[in-house]
Amino acid sequence: MTALPPIIEDWFSRQGWHLHPHQRAMFDRAGDPALMLIAPTGGGKTMAGFLPTLAELAEGGHEGLHTLYVSPLKALAADIKRNLRRPVEEMGLPIRIEDRTGDTPQSRRKRQRADPPHILLTTPESLALLTSYEDAAHTFCGLKRVIVDEIHALAESKRGDQLFLALSRLETLAPGLRRVGLSATVEDPPALAQLLARAPDSCPILHADPGPDPDIAMLETEERPPWSGGGGAYAIPAVLDQIRQHKTTLIFHNTRAQAEIFFHNLWLANEDGLPIGIHHGALAREQRERVEAAMVAGDLRAIVCTGTLDLGIDWGDVDLVIQVGAPKNVKRLVQRIGRANHRYNAPSKALLVPANRFEVVECVAALEAVKAHELDGEPRGPGPLDVLCQHILIRAAAGPFDADTLFAEIKTVGAYANLPRATFDRCLDFAATGGYALRAYDQWQRLVQRADGSWQLRDPRGAARIRMNIGTITDSDKLKVQLKHTRGGRPLGEVEEAFAATLTQGDTFLIGGHIVRYEGLREMVVEVSRDKGRKPKIAVFSGTKFATSTQLSDRILAMFRQRDWPNLPPHTADWLALQREVSRLPERDRLLVETFPHDGLHHLCLYGFAGKNAQQTLGLLVTQRMEEQGLNPMGFVATDYATLIWGLDPVTDPAPLLSREGLHQALEGWLAENAVMKRTFKTSAIVAGLIDRNSPGGKRKSGRQATFSTDILYDTLRKYDPDHLMLDITREEAMRGLVDFGRVEEMLDRIGPRIDHLDLSRVTPLAAPMFLEVGKVPVKGRAEDVLIERERTALMQAAGLA
Amino acid sequence: MNGLPFSFAGETLTALPSGALHWPARRLLCVSDLHLGKSERMARRGGPILPPYEARETLTRLDADIRATEPETVICLGDSFDDLDAMRALEDQARAMLTTLMAGSRWIWIEGNHDAGPVDLGGSHLEQHREGALTFRHIATSDATGEISGHYHPKARIPLKARSLTRPCFLRDDTRLILPAYGTYTGGLHTDRPPLSTLMGPGAQAILLATPPLAVPMPR
Repeated sequence: MTALPPIIEDWFSRQGWHLHPHQRAMFDRAGDPALMLIAPTGGGKTMAGFLPTLAELAEGGHEGLHTLYVSPLKALAADIKRNLRRPVEEMGLPIRIEDRTGDTPQSRRKRQRADPPHILLTTPESLALLTSYEDAAHTFCGLKRVIVDEIHALAESKRGDQLFLALSRLETLAPGLRRVGLSATVEDPPALAQLLARAPDSCPILHADPGPDPDIAMLETEERPPWSGGGGAYAIPAVLDQIRQHKTTLIFHNTRAQAEIFFHNLWLANEDGLPIGIHHGALAREQRERVEAAMVAGDLRAIVCTGTLDLGIDWGDVDLVIQVGAPKNVKRLVQRIGRANHRYNAPSKALLVPANRFEVVECVAALEAVKAHELDGEPRGPGPLDVLCQHILIRAAAGPFDADTLFAEIKTVGAYANLPRATFDRCLDFAATGGYALRAYDQWQRLVQRADGSWQLRDPRGAARIRMNIGTITDSDKLKVQLKHTRGGRPLGEVEEAFAATLTQGDTFLIGGHIVRYEGLREMVVEVSRDKGRKPKIAVFSGTKFATSTQLSDRILAMFRQRDWPNLPPHTADWLALQREVSRLPERDRLLVETFPHDGLHHLCLYGFAGKNAQQTLGLLVTQRMEEQGLNPMGFVATDYATLIWGLDPVTDPAPLLSREGLHQALEGWLAENAVMKRTFKTSAIVAGLIDRNSPGGKRKSGRQATFSTDILYDTLRKYDPDHLMLDITREEAMRGLVDFGRVEEMLDRIGPRIDHLDLSRVTPLAAPMFLEVGKVPVKGRAEDVLIERERTALMQAAGLA
Repeated sequence: MNGLPFSFAGETLTALPSGALHWPARRLLCVSDLHLGKSERMARRGGPILPPYEARETLTRLDADIRATEPETVICLGDSFDDLDAMRALEDQARAMLTTLMAGSRWIWIEGNHDAGPVDLGGSHLEQHREGALTFRHIATSDATGEISGHYHPKARIPLKARSLTRPCFLRDDTRLILPAYGTYTGGLHTDRPPLSTLMGPGAQAILLATPPLAVPMPR
C-alpha cells in the first residue's frame, strides 16, 4: 500500500473524511497504464481519479501539463475545476488547474498551448482541436495521465471514437501516458475498458460498492394518464405535490419539446410560486448558465430538464428524480436515478411518470428490470470511418505526417484495432483528393505527398478550415430564435430548421418556457415576439429520441401474454383488455397488422416491436413497395413498437408487402431515394469533411442562392461514383444506426409466416398514440403530385385565377 | 414534353419540368444559371472537394431537353460557368458533351455576374439579347417589359396537407419572367425574401418545377 503524501492525508482528516476502498485501490494502482473505475454517482469518482495526480504534483517541480481530464460536458469541466481548486488551495498545493472548452476566450486558449497548466479540464472536441496545432508536441510533452470521465456516455457515440483517436496521438506525443476511465454502471464493463486501453493491451476494472438499491416507483396520480401524447401534463398536480415535499427535484424528459410543454404547464399550475427552472440543450447558453448557477446556489426547488443533466455535475442537494415519459432504456434510467441523493450509501429516490397508457406498460417493465439488475445495451461495432477521415485531416493540420506511422497509431485504438490497411488508404485518399473515380481537379487536392513520401496540406491555410469543422456532433440544422427588434440581442434558443419551415406568421410556440409568436425569418434568424396567450398553437420541435432496447421490448411483449394485469393500474389493464377485444394484442412470434380509415386517409399499423430505428426502416421499405403497387402512400411514423403508414388507397393484403424477398429488393432500391439515407449521408459528410459545417453545402447563408442541398451530392455520387467511400460509410452508418435492418430481419425470423391482418373500421386503442408522434417521414411519390394538383386548384380558385 | 404552356408578353411559352424555357414559335430553348465547374472552383479556392460530376449531370439534362425540343436557338442566360477559370478547366468529357450540344444550333451565351468575359467555346457572347418582343438578360431590371432573366434561383414553398413543399420555380408577372437555376449544384432563394418579394409585381405567379410544372400565386 502506498502512503498518501502527508499534506493530503492531513487535509482528509481535517475534513473528517476517509478514503473509500475504491479510491484507495485507484491510488495504489496509479502506475497502471490503463485502469477503469465503475462507481455509482456520488461515489467519489472524481477524487478517485485525481488523487494520484494531486499526490504526484504535491512536491512541485513538474513542468507543464501533467493530467488531462476529458468529460462530455463543458459544464462538467467547469464544475470539476471548482471542486478541485478548493482542496488544492486548502492543501496549499502548487498546482495550476484550468479548463478549456469552446467557451474559453481566444487569448487564454493561445496561452494554454504555449504554457499549459498542470491540470487541464476539457472536452473531446477541444482536445481534438488542441492536437491539430503545430505546437501540439510542445503542449503535451510532459503529460503523464489522462482521466476520461463519464466514459460510458462518451463511448456510446462518435465523440468517444474521436476521443480515443486523440489519445492515440497523445500516446505518441507523451509516451508512457497512463489512462484512467471513470464510468457509471454499465452492462458490459470489459468492452468499455477495451476502448480505453491502448490496443491490444488489457485494462483492469475496479468496481466501487454500488450502494443500496434505489427507492423507485411509479408516481400515483388521481388523474389517469391520457390515451396518447407525451407531455405527462395530467400528472402536474401530483408532481407539484412531490416538489413541495422535497428539497430539490430533477424532472427528466426524453425530448426538449416535452420538457418545454411540461414546464409551461407546471408554471401555470404553480400557485405557490415555487422557484422552478428549465434546462435543455436548445436553450441559449446564457439562459442555461443562469439556471445552473441558481441550481448550485440552491435557489431552485425543481428543474425540468432533458439529457443535458444526465451526467455527473453536482447540482447540490437533489433528493428526488422524476422521469416523465417511458425511460426507453434501463441503463439510462438507472444512471438518471443516480442523480438523486448524491450522498454515498444512501438510496436514490425516483418516481416514474408514464406519459400515456402505453408508457404505463413500459414503465412497469422498466421497474421490474431495475429491480432485477438487468441492464441493456447493444455492442457498437468497429470504429466509424467518417470520424477516421476527420482524424486524418486533424493530423494533417498539425503538420506533415507519415502514412505508415499514422496507421500504426490508429491501430492502437480499440475500435480501430482491426482496421484493414486498404480501408485506411481509402480514407487517406478521400482526405487528400476527395477519392473520386474521376480525377477532375487533382491539382487542387487537399493533401499532397512530399518528395520524402510524407503527406501535408497543399495550402497551409487549409488548417484553419479543418479546425473550424472539428467535432462529431451534427445536430440537424438549427436556427437561432430571437426577439424582434433586438438585433444582436440575446437569443432565446434554437429550433430545427425543419420546424422553422413549418411556421407561418402568427403561429405561437414554446421556447424556454415562454410562448412566443413567429414574426418571420431574417437572415436565418427566427424572429419572434412575446405572446400573451396561454396556449401555444404549435409546441413541437424535435429533440433527441431514444429507442427502446430489445430487452425492454421483450419484457413488454411478455407482459401482453398475461391473461390479466394485476401489476398494471386498472385504467391501463382495461385499455389493453379493450385492445384485445376490438383487435388483438401483439405477440412476440406473430406480426399484428391493423388497417383502418381515419381523417380521410387509409392507415396501416405494423406492430413489430423491433425498436424505433428498425420500425422506421420497415416504414421506408413498406411504403416503397406500396408506391410500386400504386397505393399512393403519403408518409409514415415509427415508434419503438409500431409503424403507422397512411396513404390515399387502402391496403387489402399486407402479407406480400412484407415478403422477405420484396423487402430485400426494396432495401437495395431505397438507397437511391429516401430521406433517412440522405440525412445519414449529410451527417457523415460533415464529420468526414466532405462538406463544411460553416459554408456551402453545410450552412445556408442568408438570402444567398449559392448554396444547395446535400441531397444533390448524394444523388450525384450515386449516379456517377457508386463505389465512393462516402456511400459506403453512409450505408454502414445507416445499417447499424438509423436503418437497423438487422433488427428487421430478426423480426421476420421471429414471425415467420404468422401475419395477422385485421381490417377495422376505426383507429384502435393501441394505434391511437401513433398519431401524436413527432418525426413523421413524408414519402416523396405520386401522392405528392396528386396533392399538389388538388392544392393548386384550391389556391388558384381562392386567388380567382382558376 | 410535359411542359406547362403560358402566355407572356403576347407570346406562348412553355415551362419545362427541368427548369428550361421553351418558345416553340421561335424554336428557342433558354436555360439559366448552369454554374458549370462549380465543384472545380470550390476546390481551387480551398473549399470542400465536392464530387466533380456536376457539369456532366447538368449537361445530360440539357441534352435531354435539346433532343426533345430540337431548338434552332439555345440561350444560356448567364452564370453558365461558375467563373471563367472554371470554364477553362472544364473536364474533358463535359467539354466534349458541350461541344456536341452546341453543334447545329445558334448558341447564345448571355453574360452573367459569375462569367463576365469572353467564352472560348464558340457561340455568340452577348450582354443581352432581343428576340421579337422579348429581351433576355441575366439580372432583372426594375423597369422591364417582356424581360426574361435568371440570377436569383427562385424557389417557392407551398403548404400541403400536413407539411410544406419547396421546389425551384419560374416567377412571372405582367412584365418579367425569372427562370429557376438549371445547374445541378445550385441552391435557391425563397420567393418571400427580398429582392424577389419586392421585385415581382402584384398578381405574380410561381410556376413550380414538377411534372408537369404547376402555376400557383407567388408565395410572399
